[in-house]
Amino acid sequence: MSLKIVVLAKQVPDTRNVGPDAMTPEGTVNRAALPAVFNPEDLNALEQALRLKEQFPGSTISVVTMGLPKSAEVIREALYRGADEGYVITDRCLGGADTLATSYTLSQAIRKIGAFDIILGGRQAIDGDTAQVGPQIAEKLGLTQVTYAEEILKLDPVAKKIVIKRHIDGGVETVEAPLPLVVTVNGSAAPCRPRNAKRVMKYKNATAPAERTPEQVDAMAEMLAKKPYLNITQWGAAEIDADPAQIGKTGSPTNVKAVKNIVFKAKESRTMTDSDADVEGLIVELLESNTIG
Amino acid sequence: MANFYTDNPEIKFQLNHPLMKRIVELKERSFADKDEYDYAPQNFEDAIDSYDRVLELTGDISANIIAPNAEDVDAEGPHCANGRVKYASKTYENLDTTIKAGLNGVTMPRRYGGLNFPCVPYTAINEMIATADAGFENIWSLQDCIETLYEFGDEDQRQRYVPRVCKGETMSMDLTEPDAGSDLQSVMLKATYSEEECCWLLNGCKRFITNGDSDIHLVLARSEEGTKDGRGLSMFIYDKNQGGVNVRRIENKLGIHGSPTCELVYKNAKAELCGSRKLGLIKYVMALMNGARLGIAAQSVGISQAAYNEGLAYAKDRKQFGKTIINFPAVYDMLALMKAKLDAGRSLLYATARYVDIYKALEDIARERTLTPEERQEMKTFSKLADAFTPLSKGMNSEYCNQNAYDSIQIHGGSGFMLEYACQRLYRDARITSIYEGTTQLQVVAAIRYVTNGFYGQHIADLEQEAVAPEFQALKDRVAKMGARYNACVNKVVELKDQEYQDLVARHLYEMAADVIMCHLILADASKDAALFGKSAKIYVNFVTAEIEKHASFVENLNPEDVANYRQVEPAEEA
Repeated sequence: MSLKIVVLAKQVPDTRNVGPDAMTPEGTVNRAALPAVFNPEDLNALEQALRLKEQFPGSTISVVTMGLPKSAEVIREALYRGADEGYVITDRCLGGADTLATSYTLSQAIRKIGAFDIILGGRQAIDGDTAQVGPQIAEKLGLTQVTYAEEILKLDPVAKKIVIKRHIDGGVETVEAPLPLVVTVNGSAAPCRPRNAKRVMKYKNATAPAERTPEQVDAMAEMLAKKPYLNITQWGAAEIDADPAQIGKTGSPTNVKAVKNIVFKAKESRTMTDSDADVEGLIVELLESNTIG
Repeated sequence: MANFYTDNPEIKFQLNHPLMKRIVELKERSFADKDEYDYAPQNFEDAIDSYDRVLELTGDISANIIAPNAEDVDAEGPHCANGRVKYASKTYENLDTTIKAGLNGVTMPRRYGGLNFPCVPYTAINEMIATADAGFENIWSLQDCIETLYEFGDEDQRQRYVPRVCKGETMSMDLTEPDAGSDLQSVMLKATYSEEECCWLLNGCKRFITNGDSDIHLVLARSEEGTKDGRGLSMFIYDKNQGGVNVRRIENKLGIHGSPTCELVYKNAKAELCGSRKLGLIKYVMALMNGARLGIAAQSVGISQAAYNEGLAYAKDRKQFGKTIINFPAVYDMLALMKAKLDAGRSLLYATARYVDIYKALEDIARERTLTPEERQEMKTFSKLADAFTPLSKGMNSEYCNQNAYDSIQIHGGSGFMLEYACQRLYRDARITSIYEGTTQLQVVAAIRYVTNGFYGQHIADLEQEAVAPEFQALKDRVAKMGARYNACVNKVVELKDQEYQDLVARHLYEMAADVIMCHLILADASKDAALFGKSAKIYVNFVTAEIEKHASFVENLNPEDVANYRQVEPAEEA
């Protein structure tokens, strides 16, 4: 019994090792100073997909990303690790999308890909840290969602059921859910396997059309005729039948009012008991300082 | 993120050597696989690009998975229970990683599932894994044994065993016994042919077997009853699935803790003959050992790199007397010399790997078709170069890696003597490199005929003819003088015709030959890329100038009548 698996991946600026030039004076992320990487938790999601593929031979993994043409790099990275095919959703009109427009665009792309059993993605991306896109896709597709997944414990393709271990505050939770569904995977899940030498050699020339220079288009024509798997599928807004009002900036109700550089500094520390008086005192203090409320 | 490949452009430099063109052309049979295998290269540039990418991924997993596991693997080590080896837990993680990365059967042809890489990129993978964890490198690099099975086994054996190794099954070479260490002619493990079982049965024991509980063993055993020397030994393949070999114990070693060194007991273990009877030691083990020696040379360079990295990082970080210690001449002198030895040794390592590549590829082609007279000549030339360079590369690099590991601790001062820093593990791991697969003393034995028959002398003369960039000409002239001094020493020894005297000064002649050759190699490298190798070339030539002076004066001042002073017992005593 084989599965059709979709993995959502995002190319993000590597915010894990930021230097002094990581932010622009305007307070936005200085993308030029940060290398573009495969969003770490999307790699955790890919590993879960690869494990399912091992368990259910014949399964296919389709990786979908939305971004600039160069984001096809995450598709190649996924192909090197064992994914079967990739889709780059790229179009000028998709730029400036917030999580709502992004989840709409991706859900349209997934509809176009067609039948699927499970959609896996990282819990959140390290550039925005919203953790909203996965759940929103589930809503838009009318699917069950399991977030903070740490491990897929069992999948029964006949009964169409999945058992997942979730990472929750102070412990773990095991849940059962019906297929198809959306699963967002936590960073505490198994790390993704390395790139495979043979697959790197096989897919190193895989590109999306928008990545190719005019010279490369001619040079690659013969190669693509012989090796069609070197073409990464590229879709724009039209190909996924997207409603222009729901994509890009137009489709994004989020407005960034201001971005501030926050430096956390511990000024003092106090130890309190769990007595009602101490707890109440703390609540009053936090309310007065507008920390909560 | 750290990456042992992209962080050290000295490795990639080796892919640009002019001989690579010939190596790739031979190994790829003019790109005959290009339409049959989706990962086969289309042309030379494509092949080099593929090596580059696979080395990059190796640099990644070495730096980010295997290296961080090294300390735990060293502390936990393998265990033996019920006759089986259980690796340290993170060794399994390392194995899983290298298998998933597809770094198995690296040099094997694609038709068996291999990557069909030449020895040069294989050596680069090897050294990076050793930089990460020299103990794990042992387990991983024993895949090299498959070369011997591929070369001397029959087609049926190749089809049964090579694909398994390409998928990640491990190997071991079961050679040494309690009374047969360096002297393998004394091997006594008994092989008897059973008409009933239609196979050979092995009985006896082996000792000091690296990764002795591997999946596929190559075993040296005595098949000819009544014989006592190397001519009675044959090579056998033992498949662990057959059963019959148990691990009696694991040695408690100074270093390379991740690598289980086993004592094995064979009880009617079913085995199959590999190649022809009686050629086990004299042909197959020699081939096996040459490959293994090059592997240890790569391991040594890897450890040298790690020792240098650790020393450099500490010296940049540690402050004393108001400044970081890297600013003190006494400290940077050590680091500069470490780097120079590393660069020169690496150059020798890859020169050897290139020679091995050309003759082995031609040897393999000869299994498919008759070689042209030119190809036969080429094979002969490179086979001899490989044979002459392998003991230099193994001996010198293993000694350098010990010296670098020593200096790495020295830079750390008292902290280096504590067990918290990686330099102590490197020091312990380095120690075996100049012992196993033939001690440095045995490398001298393997190399000495190329000293006395003038082969190295001629090679040095050829190297002298190669042009260097103008800024290195003065150094080149100095090296030419060292070459002359070496030749004079060799002539003195040869003319004396005194075997014991020759054996006593052999190490000095060997080191002189290696030193002069490495000077030429590093000068050639510096001429191509002064930014990368210029400093090391200058430092190395300066260092070797003093080394040659030391060795030459020893040989010049020592005469046959002095030999008696060195003897610790009179020759008759042992007889």
